[in-house]
Amino acid sequence: FVNKLQYLARIDRARALTAQTAETDAIRFLVGTQSLKFDNQIHIIDFDDENNVINKSVLLHDAGEIWHISGSPADKAVLTTCYSKTSESRVLTCAAVWRMPPEWESGSHESPDDSSNNPQTLELLCHLDNTAHGSVACVLWEPMGDGKRVISLAENHMLLWDLQESSTKATISSSATLEGKGQLKFTAGKWSPHHNNTQLATANDTAIRGWDLRSMSQIYCIENAHGQLVRDLDFNPNKQYYLASCGDDCKVKFWDVRHINEPVKCLEEHSHWVWSVRYNHSHDQLLLTGSSDSRVILSNMVSISSEPFGHLVDDDELSDNEESQQEDKGKEPLQDSIIATYEEHEDSVYAVEWSAADPWLFASLSYDGRLVINRVPRALKYRILL
Amino acid sequence: MSSATTPPDSDPSQRRRVHSMLKHYYGLNEEGKVTEQAESLDPCDINGPHFDPEVYLNKLRMECSLGELMDHESCMVKQIRSLDSDMQTLVYENYNKFISATDTIRKMKNDFKKMEDEMDCLSANMAAITEFSAHISGTLQDQHAQITKLSGVHTLLRKLQFLFELPARLNKCLELQAYAQAVSAHRRARCVLQQYSHMPSFRGIQDDCHVIMEQLAQQLRQKFRDGGSSAKDLSECVELLLQLDEPAEELCDKFLSHAHSSTTNPFLSPTAGTDILEFIDRGCNEFVSSLCLVIASYQELFINRPQEGELASKNIPEMANGKLHVFVDTLAARYFSLVERRIQEEKGVSDNSLLVRALDRFHRRLQAISKLLPGSAVPSQGTEIVVRAARERIKQYLSALQTFYHDSLTDVRQALAAPRHKDATPSLPELLTSLSNFILNQLKSVLASVHLFTAKDITFSNKPYFKGEFCSQGVREGLVVSFIKFICQSSRQYCESAGDRGGSTPPALLLLLSRLCLDYETSTISYILTLTDEQFLVQHHTPVTPVTALCAEAREAAQKLLNHYVKVQGLIISQMLRKSVETRDWVNTIEPRNVRAVMKRVVEDTTSIDVQVGLLYEEGVRKAHSSDSSKRTFSVYSSSRQQIRYAPSYTPSAPMDTNLLSNIHKLFSERIDIFSPVEFNKVSVLTGIIKISLKTFLECVRLRTFGRYGLQQIQVDCHYLQMYLWRFVSDENLVHFLLDEIVGSAAHRCLDPSPMEQSVIEVICERG
Repeated sequence: FVNKLQYLARIDRARALTAQTAETDAIRFLVGTQSLKFDNQIHIIDFDDENNVINKSVLLHDAGEIWHISGSPADKAVLTTCYSKTSESRVLTCAAVWRMPPEWESGSHESPDDSSNNPQTLELLCHLDNTAHGSVACVLWEPMGDGKRVISLAENHMLLWDLQESSTKATISSSATLEGKGQLKFTAGKWSPHHNNTQLATANDTAIRGWDLRSMSQIYCIENAHGQLVRDLDFNPNKQYYLASCGDDCKVKFWDVRHINEPVKCLEEHSHWVWSVRYNHSHDQLLLTGSSDSRVILSNMVSISSEPFGHLVDDDELSDNEESQQEDKGKEPLQDSIIATYEEHEDSVYAVEWSAADPWLFASLSYDGRLVINRVPRALKYRILL
Repeated sequence: MSSATTPPDSDPSQRRRVHSMLKHYYGLNEEGKVTEQAESLDPCDINGPHFDPEVYLNKLRMECSLGELMDHESCMVKQIRSLDSDMQTLVYENYNKFISATDTIRKMKNDFKKMEDEMDCLSANMAAITEFSAHISGTLQDQHAQITKLSGVHTLLRKLQFLFELPARLNKCLELQAYAQAVSAHRRARCVLQQYSHMPSFRGIQDDCHVIMEQLAQQLRQKFRDGGSSAKDLSECVELLLQLDEPAEELCDKFLSHAHSSTTNPFLSPTAGTDILEFIDRGCNEFVSSLCLVIASYQELFINRPQEGELASKNIPEMANGKLHVFVDTLAARYFSLVERRIQEEKGVSDNSLLVRALDRFHRRLQAISKLLPGSAVPSQGTEIVVRAARERIKQYLSALQTFYHDSLTDVRQALAAPRHKDATPSLPELLTSLSNFILNQLKSVLASVHLFTAKDITFSNKPYFKGEFCSQGVREGLVVSFIKFICQSSRQYCESAGDRGGSTPPALLLLLSRLCLDYETSTISYILTLTDEQFLVQHHTPVTPVTALCAEAREAAQKLLNHYVKVQGLIISQMLRKSVETRDWVNTIEPRNVRAVMKRVVEDTTSIDVQVGLLYEEGVRKAHSSDSSKRTFSVYSSSRQQIRYAPSYTPSAPMDTNLLSNIHKLFSERIDIFSPVEFNKVSVLTGIIKISLKTFLECVRLRTFGRYGLQQIQVDCHYLQMYLWRFVSDENLVHFLLDEIVGSAAHRCLDPSPMEQSVIEVICERG
C-alpha cells in the first residue's frame, strides 16, 4: 500500500492549488502554474485510488500566471482564478470565472508531451472587473452555496459578486472598504460556512477581521493575531466560532472569535513562515499546514475539536497490527500531537489542500511544481473512525 | 682497692649493687621473701646457688686458651678483692649500729624505772580525790533538788508573764509595724493558748490575741494589696500571711495579679519609632527581667519554702506551680504577640545584624525563664518566633534580591539606551561584568547577612532548625536556588512577553542576559552553591536541587535568549529587506547604477551585530574557506552556474531541466532550517540572523514581478551581499545557496530576463 504519491508538475513554478470542490466521486485537484514566459496552465490531477495512479490533464490558461485558484461548490466545471496581467509595464492581478471545456476529460488525457499537443483552453465566463480596486488577492466561493455568489478581496476592498446568467455576468451586489492608516491590503480571507454563510474572515498584515456580509461591517478584529504577517485562515467546519490562522511568525494559532484576546492554542512546529492552514472537512481535529521550510505537518488537535475530547478508544477495534503496543497501554485518549511531518518537498510549500471526495487524502504543492498526495496514516484513521 | 677507700655511703648506686648481691646470696628478693631458686641450676653460674667450683674450673680449662685463662684469673682476683672489701665495709657498719642500739636500750631501762614511781604516786592521789567528791555530792543532794524545782517554777512564771503581756506586746508591734515580730510571738503562744483555752483567763488572752492578729492580717493584706511596696516587702508579707494560715491559693492569685499589673504596665504599650534592638532591649529589661523576678520570688515564697506542719499536707507547690505556669504563659503570649508584630514591621533589609542581635537578645533572655521555670513552653515558643522571623527574613531577602535584579536590569537598559557615540557609555562586556558582579556581590552580602543567624555567638544558632533546615531549605533552596531560578525565569519571560515585533526589550539586553545565563551555567551557579554550602555547612537531610538541574535550566534560558536574539535581529533586517522589495516597482525601475542603500544598511547592521555579539561570545568555528573566497565562488556562481540555470528559460522546449537541476542541487544540499537553535558562538548567531534575512528576501522576491532592470538590480544587490556576508557565517555555501535562489527566483519572475554582465556588477559593487 502506497501512502504517498508524488507528481512533478511539468512547469517551473506553481503556487495555486485547490480541490475540485463540487466533485465528490473522483479525487481531483487543480493546480495553476506561474510562469511569465510560457502560457500558463491548469493541471487537473486525478488520483485513482484503486490503482494508485495519478492521471493528469492540462487546460490552457492564457490570461496570465495564476496566483490563486478556487473551484465552484456547485458546478464542478466552473472555477475562478486570480492571475496577473502585465499591461503597459504595469502588473495587475485580475480575477475571472472560467468553465472547463466539456471535452477535457477525453482530450489530453495521459499524453506524455502536452506541450507539443495543443491543450484545450478554458472558456472564459466573466471577469470580476477590478480595475477600479487594484490587484485581487483571492476569490472565495460561497461555501456549499449554489455557485452564484463569490467574494473577491482586492487591495483594501472586499467585493461581493452575484453571478448571473450561468455565471456569464458578474455584478457587484455590495462592497466594503478597509479604512485605516497606511496602505492596508488584504492578504487572505475565508468565507465562514456557519451562520448561514453570512460571515467572512479576512487577514491584513498582522490582524484578523471578521465581517458580517449582510451589513458589510466589521464584527471583530484580532489585532496582532500574529507577530508578523498573517498568511492564511481557515474556519473549523464543525465549530462555528473556531478559526485557525497561520503566519510569518512560524506559528499556527487557534482562535475562538468570541474571546479574541488570547488564542485558544498555539502551535510552533514549523521553522519558517506558515503559508497555508486547512482543517479537514469532516474530522476537524486533523489540521494540515504547509510552510516555506518545505515541510507539511499533519496535526491532531483533539482537545479543541468537535470530537468529544478524552473519550476512550475501543481497543478491540484497534485491529491494526502495528497498534498492538498501544493496546497494552489500554484506553488512553488521543492527545494533541503532530501526526506526521512530510518532508518530500524541496522548496517552499505554498499550498495544502484536503481532497473534497476522500477525507483521508490531501495534496501539497511546493514552488518547484511538485505536488505530493498523502494519506492520513491508517492507524489514526481507524482510531478516529472506530 | 677503690671500693675500700670510698666512704660507704658516698656512692649509693654502688651500695645498692652490693646490697642486692648480698641479698641475692642470702636468697632474699626485693620484697624480702625467700625466693624460689628457679633462676639457675647451672653449676657453672658463679653467682648461682648450685655453683660447683670443680665443674667450673674444668669447664674453663677445657674451653679457654691460656691467655684467656690468665685474663679470667686476673678478673676473678679483682672481683674477689672487691667482694672482700665490700664485706669488710658491711661488717664495720653493722657493728657500729649494734653498739649504738645497745646504748639506747640501756638508757630506756633507766627512764622506765623513774616513770613507774611517779605513776604509783598519781594513782594514790586520784583515789583520795574520788573519796572527797563522793562526800561532797552526798551533802549537796537535798539543796539541788530544791533549786531545780524553783527554777522550773520560774520558767513557768516567765511563760505566763509572756502570755499575759502578749496582747500588749502585739499591739505595740502593730503600732510599730513590726509584723514579723508579732507573728512570731503569736505563733509561740498560739499552741499554749489553744491548749488551755478552757480556762477563762487564758481564753481572754486568746480572744484578745485573735482580735489583734485579725487586725494585723488585715493590715498585711492591705499592704499586700497596695502594691506600692517592693518585692522584698511583698514576699515578707506573703510569708507572714502564710504563717497566719491564710489560704495559699488566694495568696498565689493575689500575688500573681499584683505581679501582673506591675510587669505589664510599663512595657506593653507599643511605641513606634524605636529600632528593633532598642525595642527588644526594653522588652527584655522591663518585661523579662521583672517576670524573672516575679517567678523567682514566687518560687521562693510558694514553691521552694520548707514545708512544715499542716502546710505540708496542702500540697502547695503543685498548685502554685500550676498557677505560675498559667500566669507566665498568658503574659508571655501577650509579650510574644507584641514582639512578633514588631518583628513583622522590620521590613528594611539593609541591616540584618540589628535584627539578629535583637533576636539573639530576645532568645537569650528567654533562656533565663527556662532556667527558672523548667518545663515551661515559653522558651520554645520564643525559639519558634525566632525561626519564623528567620524564615520571613529569607523571604524578604529573596524579594529584595529580585528587586535588585530588576533594578540592575533597568540600569543596564538605560545604559544601553543611552546614545552610543558618547565615550562614557560602557561597552557590553563592561556592562556584563558589572551586572554579574553587582548581582554576585549583592548575593554575597545577603548571604553574609543571613549568615549572622548561624553565627557561633548567637544563642539560637545551635537549635536544630538553624543547623539543618535553615541552611538547606531556607538559605540554599529558599534563597539561593530560588534566586537563580528567578533569574532564569525572568530571562525566559523576556523571550515571551517581548512579542514578535522586537518588543520593548533591546536586542543587546537579550544578548547580555543570554551570556549572563551561560556564565551562570558554566561557573557562577556552582560557585554560588559551593560558597553557600561552605558558609552554611549545609547538611542535606532533605533532597535539594542539584547543581546540574540548575545549570540545565540556566543553559536552557541562555539558549532561549540567544535564539530570541537571533530572531529579533533577523526580523529587524528582514523587515528592512521586505519593505525594500515590497514597496518598489520592479517592473519600471531604472538601470541599476548603485547598490541599493538598504543593502548597505543590511551589511552595516550585520557588521554592527557581529561586533556586538563578538563582544560577548567567542568566534566559533566556520568551515574552511580561502581568503578570497568571496570573489572566486561568486564568479562561478554568477557566470557558469547562473548560465546553466538561465539557459532553459530562453528555450521553452526544455523547462524540465531547470527543475531537475535545481532539484538535484537541492538533493545534495542539506535542508536549511531557518529558525533553528543556534550555538553559543558568534558565527552561529550571525549565521542564524543572515539565514533569516536572506530567506525573507527570497520569499519576498518570489511574490514580485521584475522588469529587466529589476532583475539586474537584484543581481547587483545579491553580489554586494555576497561580497560582505560570507565572512560572517559558518558555511559560506549557505549564503551562496540562498543568494543563488534569490537571483534564480528573480530571474524566473522577470518579464525580460537579460542578466547584467558580471564585470559590470563587480564594478558597480566595488564603486558602491
